[in-house]
Amino acid sequence: MRIPLKWLSEYVDITLPAGELAHRLTLAGLESLVETSGHNWDKVSVAHVVEVNPHPNADRLRLATVDLGEGERMTVVCGAPNVAAGQKVAFARQGAKLIDGHSGQPMELMPAVIRGVESAGMVCSERELGLSDQHEGILVLSEDAPIGMLLAQYMGDVILETEVTANRGDLLSVLGTAREVAALTNNEVHEPLDTYWEDGTAVSELASVAIVDSDLCFRYCASLIEGIKVGPSPQWLQEKLSASGSRPINNVVDVTNYVMLELGQPLHAFDLNLVGDRKIVVRRAHSDEKLVTLDSVERSLNADMLVIADSSKAMALAGIIGGAPTQVTQKTSSILIESATFNPVNIRRTSSSLGLRTEASIRFEKGLSQELAMVAVKRATKLLLGLTGGRAAKGIIDVYPNKARVHRIMVSRERLQRVLGVDLPPTKVRQTLTALGYGCRWVSSAHYVVRVPYWRTDVSIPDDIAEELGRIIGYDQLPSTSLTGPIPSIQPQPDRELRGMVQDALVAAGLQEVINYSLVDMEKLSKVVDPEELSWRPPVRVANPMSKNQDQLRPTLRVSLLDSLATNRRYGRETMAIFEAGRVYLAQEGDLPHEVEMVAGLVSGRRLDRWGQPHGEPLSFEDTKGYVEHVLARLGLQETYEAAEEYALVPGRTAVVSVASERIGVLGQLHPEVTGAWDIGQEVYLFEISLEALLPHIGGVRLYRPILRFPSVIEDIAVVVSEDTPAGKVKAAIESFPLVRTATLFDIYTGQPIPPGKKSLAYSVSYQADDHTLTDGEVERERNRIIERLRKELSAELRQ
Amino acid sequence: MSTGELQTLEAQANDSLAAIADETSLEDWRVNYLGRRSRLTEILRGLSALPLEERKQVGAAANRLREALETALAERRDMLRKRDVQTFIQQGRIDVTLPGRPIPMGRLHPVTQTQRDIVACFEKMGFQAVEGPEVEWDYYNFEALRIPEHHPARDMWDTMWIDYHRDGRMPMLLRTHTSPNQVRVMERQQPPIRVVVPGKCYRYEATDATHEWMLTQVEGLAVDEGISMADLKGTLYEFAQQLFGQERRVRFRCDYFPFVEPGADMSIDCFVCNGEGCSTCKGAGWIEIMGAGMVHPEILANVGYDPERYTGFAFGMGVERVAMLRHDIEDIRLFYQNDLRFLEQF
Repeated sequence: MRIPLKWLSEYVDITLPAGELAHRLTLAGLESLVETSGHNWDKVSVAHVVEVNPHPNADRLRLATVDLGEGERMTVVCGAPNVAAGQKVAFARQGAKLIDGHSGQPMELMPAVIRGVESAGMVCSERELGLSDQHEGILVLSEDAPIGMLLAQYMGDVILETEVTANRGDLLSVLGTAREVAALTNNEVHEPLDTYWEDGTAVSELASVAIVDSDLCFRYCASLIEGIKVGPSPQWLQEKLSASGSRPINNVVDVTNYVMLELGQPLHAFDLNLVGDRKIVVRRAHSDEKLVTLDSVERSLNADMLVIADSSKAMALAGIIGGAPTQVTQKTSSILIESATFNPVNIRRTSSSLGLRTEASIRFEKGLSQELAMVAVKRATKLLLGLTGGRAAKGIIDVYPNKARVHRIMVSRERLQRVLGVDLPPTKVRQTLTALGYGCRWVSSAHYVVRVPYWRTDVSIPDDIAEELGRIIGYDQLPSTSLTGPIPSIQPQPDRELRGMVQDALVAAGLQEVINYSLVDMEKLSKVVDPEELSWRPPVRVANPMSKNQDQLRPTLRVSLLDSLATNRRYGRETMAIFEAGRVYLAQEGDLPHEVEMVAGLVSGRRLDRWGQPHGEPLSFEDTKGYVEHVLARLGLQETYEAAEEYALVPGRTAVVSVASERIGVLGQLHPEVTGAWDIGQEVYLFEISLEALLPHIGGVRLYRPILRFPSVIEDIAVVVSEDTPAGKVKAAIESFPLVRTATLFDIYTGQPIPPGKKSLAYSVSYQADDHTLTDGEVERERNRIIERLRKELSAELRQ
Repeated sequence: MSTGELQTLEAQANDSLAAIADETSLEDWRVNYLGRRSRLTEILRGLSALPLEERKQVGAAANRLREALETALAERRDMLRKRDVQTFIQQGRIDVTLPGRPIPMGRLHPVTQTQRDIVACFEKMGFQAVEGPEVEWDYYNFEALRIPEHHPARDMWDTMWIDYHRDGRMPMLLRTHTSPNQVRVMERQQPPIRVVVPGKCYRYEATDATHEWMLTQVEGLAVDEGISMADLKGTLYEFAQQLFGQERRVRFRCDYFPFVEPGADMSIDCFVCNGEGCSTCKGAGWIEIMGAGMVHPEILANVGYDPERYTGFAFGMGVERVAMLRHDIEDIRLFYQNDLRFLEQF
């Protein structure tokens, strides 16, 4: 809310510079900024020129002695020709931020010695204050300017821009803000006047009010004025409204807006002569009822909305906006001022369903005090009588079905200490609460009874009182301690740990982590996921996405990674090894989606050469598989790879990865049609591991195996097999023999003299026994058995 | 046999030794002059056949010669080795400014790095990291946190809803904050509780330099007997100093979140200008880091805790914001564009 400091000062003395005031309010929960028209007058105040004497060393300079209030005087050097004793001037102290009169640049005022005379302040020109370009002489203020008052406050164009939290509807008013200021600065609040002469007819003879739906309207107050004259508001009112960001319309509407800004209670004025049968009915709208609102929009209402109607038609959308037919115009002579309390939930529901948020609705939805309705209607009536003339009807209509009771809270001293961590002395508690308008009584030896002021609808429990005390005393004044209780026992989080290990392993292997949005485009999804799967289990969709191509919760990381790869290719990067560890979301009927932890990566481009340039061999399936092997080896797992077919991957270049015969992931080359869809004209390899599938296979700590004492015998075995025999099978067959420790492939050869359709595989085989040194005979017998089995099972021939 | 022959032998041996320039020839020389079949060994072996006088004379001379030759051999060998080392040093010079053999360098995303650092700070204080679902029920995201439908505080969290309807409402959403986990954790555990919950959150919010519709938060919760606002302050102060440096000052101010009472937010003094006011802190001198407060007693009661016995505090912060402050990143959108020129800086 925009609060002019000058207006605020009508209700509370402002004894702090604006910046400091905003700071204190901010700390206490009302975020505030000082807005000035481009200048900061924190250290500039009104001063009285007591005397002017010649400068001892300069003809064109003079010495001005000024009275700064509270007995403080200062003599400064002044070059202005118009300075004279008796004037009220704007005086800047050391540290004031001004505009340099000559250069026009911002500067900070520092003490200076001018022609041998010390000068620790300045009498300012308009230009120095940033008010205009006028720099011929000093700014002379009017004679009644109060000495010592901050110039910002006096000149009246300093605005406090406040950000009110959702619980504090009472702070959407100048008076509410003044109450905070008063409590924070130990000053009194001056409540505005609300007394006036009632010399008209009794209200009951002029109009009636009936609340039909008392669940939506808690109180309805109305005053009536006859014989008014509608016209423009006086200058002071227009200026205040404009400064607060409200557009002046006419004196009646302006007063209702003024009182809303002043007290926080939205009001509405009806042209009494246009109210059918002079009867106000507060009821739910009929279905299909229509109302042209003040903004000239015809609105279709429904039975969830509350209207203010007369005997036949809706006249206003309760608590949100008035209607055009009964609005106050130049012709209006009698008015009914409505000041009511509506159900905040209903107001918010109606205003959001119509997409119509008004100054009134944002106040009502926060929950206004029912007491305030009466206070505000009186205040408005008083102001109106002064501006529009006319006679106020005797009495005020007040339909108040369920009178709100004064709220009292029993607060124990011990609870305050338990919450705030400090035992506040009762005098401090009472003083602080009283300053905020609370009643505070000390009963028994350990409890307070706190009476909540009517305007504070947000306070209901002892901890609310703790907050009130804490924020006014200052959170910074509370002690600061370390947690002392027992540290809770640790619950294992294996999924988190696994993700961390996999991330670290991939980073150690040289991959860059990326993180992408969780929402993706359906069209892109259908390129990388089998459309049948998508139709069998559609992704989870967001009803109101930020953009149309980000509306599906990703069931795969593939789209995200391809996006990242494509983005970087556009920046000229052709070699990349990237991964993402994140969740995918699988729809479940009637329940939250199943969120599966996945890790996937893309590898594309060329290996680094000796110079670190990506000009080496092309990155291939082997490199990608290397990463998968590296990660799984780090985790202490033994996996198997099997040729497979997978949507979006090239057949014959795809492998399913399994641990203990369970599929945990896949790797392979992305199909050229897929990469083509992302405009990627190079080979791209994908690996994809489900951490959820991997998790059950993660063992505990690895057990030590003794280092074998007996020497191993290493021999090479080369076999010729059919070209489509997987090398992994040959290795597995060799390693199945009891004396074989490992069989490591070290060469693959095709071509002469190997017959066409065959290949030669060479393994380095290590033989070793646990309990003795192998003899040549043992090794030979084992070798012969190996060759025999390879021949039988894989039609392998020993290469000669 | 005479000493004359020994003299000739000595002269021969010395001459040929002086010509030797490598270890192999040196070994040949040793075999030739000092080996088992050398003339000198032969002489020494034949001594016993000589008359006593001559045996004494020749024996002494031959032994002297043997010692002399062995010494000469050792010196020559030493000289040759030193010369080899010199040659190696002279010829083996390399350009030490050439680049090393490249090892590809992987990095964690800066959000992962910062999230881990934040979590680590709290782990040192006995907090444990747990996680929760990103797709949530309205109940956990709002209602259980005292933010019923049509509560004005819902404005603080513009929401993306899942296209799933039940009883005329959409009860499922993308969580707008990690706070639902306060309730989830308390539902499955009994006090004492100290947890942090990192994770992605989502807002229906237009993006600009300081706003993203996807963000990462770290939530914190501590519940036990005797926990007060003072413990909240102390814990968060310790965190700020660990993460941002010992010289940082922190500030707590009152703020409103429906699920805490009293409510607060914490700022640190701007480390760019040290609180003087600059563009990083928008002139305020302080930078808001997180929202916090004492867990509202109704929330404790709703999960079955006795709010008279237990109190607790909760806090939540944006990881991207912390990362931006630490690394002086001016645009939050950089995080999820995944431009490697950005990611490779961390």
